[in-house]
Amino acid sequence: MPHAAQHQTLELFAGIGLVLAVASIAGALLKRAVAHGRPNDIIDNLNARVKAWWVMVILIGIAFMFGRAGVMLLFFFASLAALREFITLTYTRRSDNQALATSFYIILPLQYLLVWNEWYGLYSIFIPVYAFLLLPIVSVIAGDTKRFLERNAKVQWGLMVCVYCLSHVPALLTLRIPGYEDRNLLLIAFLVLVVQSSDVFQYIWGKLIGERKVAPDVSPSKTVGGLVGGVASATLLGTALWWITPFTVVEAALLAFLITVMGFFGGLVMSAIKRDRGVKDWGDLIEGHGGMLDRLDSVVFAAPVFFHVTRYWWT
Amino acid sequence: MTLPWVEPILASAICGFARAITGARARWQGCAPVAGPRVYYANHASHADFVLVWACLPHDLRERTRPVAGLDYWSKDAIRRFAADRLFRSVLIDRSHAAGKDDPIRRMAAALESGDALIVFPEGTRNTTDARLLPFKSGVYHLAVACPDVEFLPVWIENLSRVMPKGRFFPVPLLCTITIGAPLRLRAHEDKETFVARTRDALLALAPPEA
Repeated sequence: MPHAAQHQTLELFAGIGLVLAVASIAGALLKRAVAHGRPNDIIDNLNARVKAWWVMVILIGIAFMFGRAGVMLLFFFASLAALREFITLTYTRRSDNQALATSFYIILPLQYLLVWNEWYGLYSIFIPVYAFLLLPIVSVIAGDTKRFLERNAKVQWGLMVCVYCLSHVPALLTLRIPGYEDRNLLLIAFLVLVVQSSDVFQYIWGKLIGERKVAPDVSPSKTVGGLVGGVASATLLGTALWWITPFTVVEAALLAFLITVMGFFGGLVMSAIKRDRGVKDWGDLIEGHGGMLDRLDSVVFAAPVFFHVTRYWWT
Repeated sequence: MTLPWVEPILASAICGFARAITGARARWQGCAPVAGPRVYYANHASHADFVLVWACLPHDLRERTRPVAGLDYWSKDAIRRFAADRLFRSVLIDRSHAAGKDDPIRRMAAALESGDALIVFPEGTRNTTDARLLPFKSGVYHLAVACPDVEFLPVWIENLSRVMPKGRFFPVPLLCTITIGAPLRLRAHEDKETFVARTRDALLALAPPEA
C-alpha cells in the first residue's frame, strides 16, 4: 500500500475505534446508571452488539493489513458461514447431499478463485449461468424428484445471495480506477462502513423516534423513523467520507444513498425469508446480532450494485 | 503400539473438527451437565451421531462417557477397532443376539455401575426414512430395569443427517444443534410399553418443527 493510502486507512480505523470506544463507555455507563448492574435485555444486547463490532472491526483491520489476500480470505469465510446458515434453514433431502457438497466445496471456492484471478468475464456469470445449469444436473442424477424445482431453486438462491453477491465486495479490489490505483481497499471500507452504519443508525433512530412500522408483516423492528433517519445519517456519513473514495462529494452522497437503500431492502428481503421459516435469526455466530447473514444481509444486496455502478462510470 | 499421548490429541482433533463443521453446541434444557452415571439416548440418522454428542459434552464429562455401538460395524477393521476401543472407549455390543454369550444389557449396566455415562440410540439402527423417529427397541427399558436409579436424558440431534447421511463419508458443512432435555427415570411398576413410549415422546418433544 502506498504511503497516502496507508495514512488514510489508519485515520479511518482510528476514527472507527474512537466511535466504538465512545459506544463502549456509553454502554458501560448505561449499564451502571440505568440497569444498576442488573440484567437488562436492551442494554445487554446493545453492549453485546458493541463488543461484536469491536471483534468485526479488528478482523477487518487484520484482513486489511494482509491486503488483497486477507480481504479475499475474510469474505471467503464470510460466504462459507452465510451459505451454511442459509442451507441449514432450507428444505433439502438426503439426495441433495451431492449437490450441496458441490456448492460448498467446488462452486464457492471457485467463485473466489475467479475473483482472485480478476477474471471478470467468468466470475460475473459463473454462478448465475454455470452453477445454475450444473446443480440441477447433479441433482437429477441423484434421481429424487420430490419437490425437485423447489429444492434446486433454493440452493441456487442461497449461492446467489451468500456467494455471488458477497464476492462482489472483494471484487472491488479488481477495479482499475484512474488516479485511484492501490487504494481499492478504501472502496471496500466505504461500502461496508456506509451500509453497516446505516443498520446501526436505523437501529438507533428506530429506538428514538420509530413508531410506525415500515412493513409490519415482514419485520417488527423496521420503523419509518428508523428508515428515514438511518438512510439520511448513513448518506451523510458516506458524503463525509468522500475523501477516501474516487468520487466527488456529490457522487459520494448519491452512491451512499443508493447503497443504503439497497441495504435496507436487503434486510427486508432476508427478514421475509426468516419470517416464513419461523426464525428470528439466521444463526448465533455473532453475539447480540444473530448469524453471519443477519449482519451481512444489507451488504449482500448493496455490493453488486455498488460494484457495477463504480465499474461502469469510473473505470 | 500407539503412544499414550496420541489418543487424547486425536480425540480432541476429531471433536474440534466435528464442531467446526457443524457449529454445534449443546443446549442443556432441563438439566445441568454434571458427571456421573447417566444414559444419553438420542435419535440416530448418521454415522457421526455419537461423535457429535460426545464432542458437545464438556471435556470432563466426555472422558467418562462411552457410546454404545454395534460390534459388527466397529470391529470390521483395525482403524474402526482402534477408534471404538481407544478413542471413544465404546461399549461394543453384539447385535446378532448370540444368546447368552455376552448379554448387552449386562455390559451396559456394568459400565454405569463403574461410574461411566452412556450414549445409546434406542431406534437400534440409523433412520433413513422421512419419519422423524423410528419406533424404539426395548433396550432402554431393560437397561432401566437393570439400573433403576440411573437417569435417562433425551438428546435430540438436529440436522446431522444432512451433514453426513447414511452411505456418505464427506461432510457438508451445515449447522447442527444438540438439545438435551429433562431426565427421566423408571417409575415404580412401570411396564415396558409405557416407559418406552414415555422416553420416545420426551425425545420427540425436543425436535424442532419440521420444514
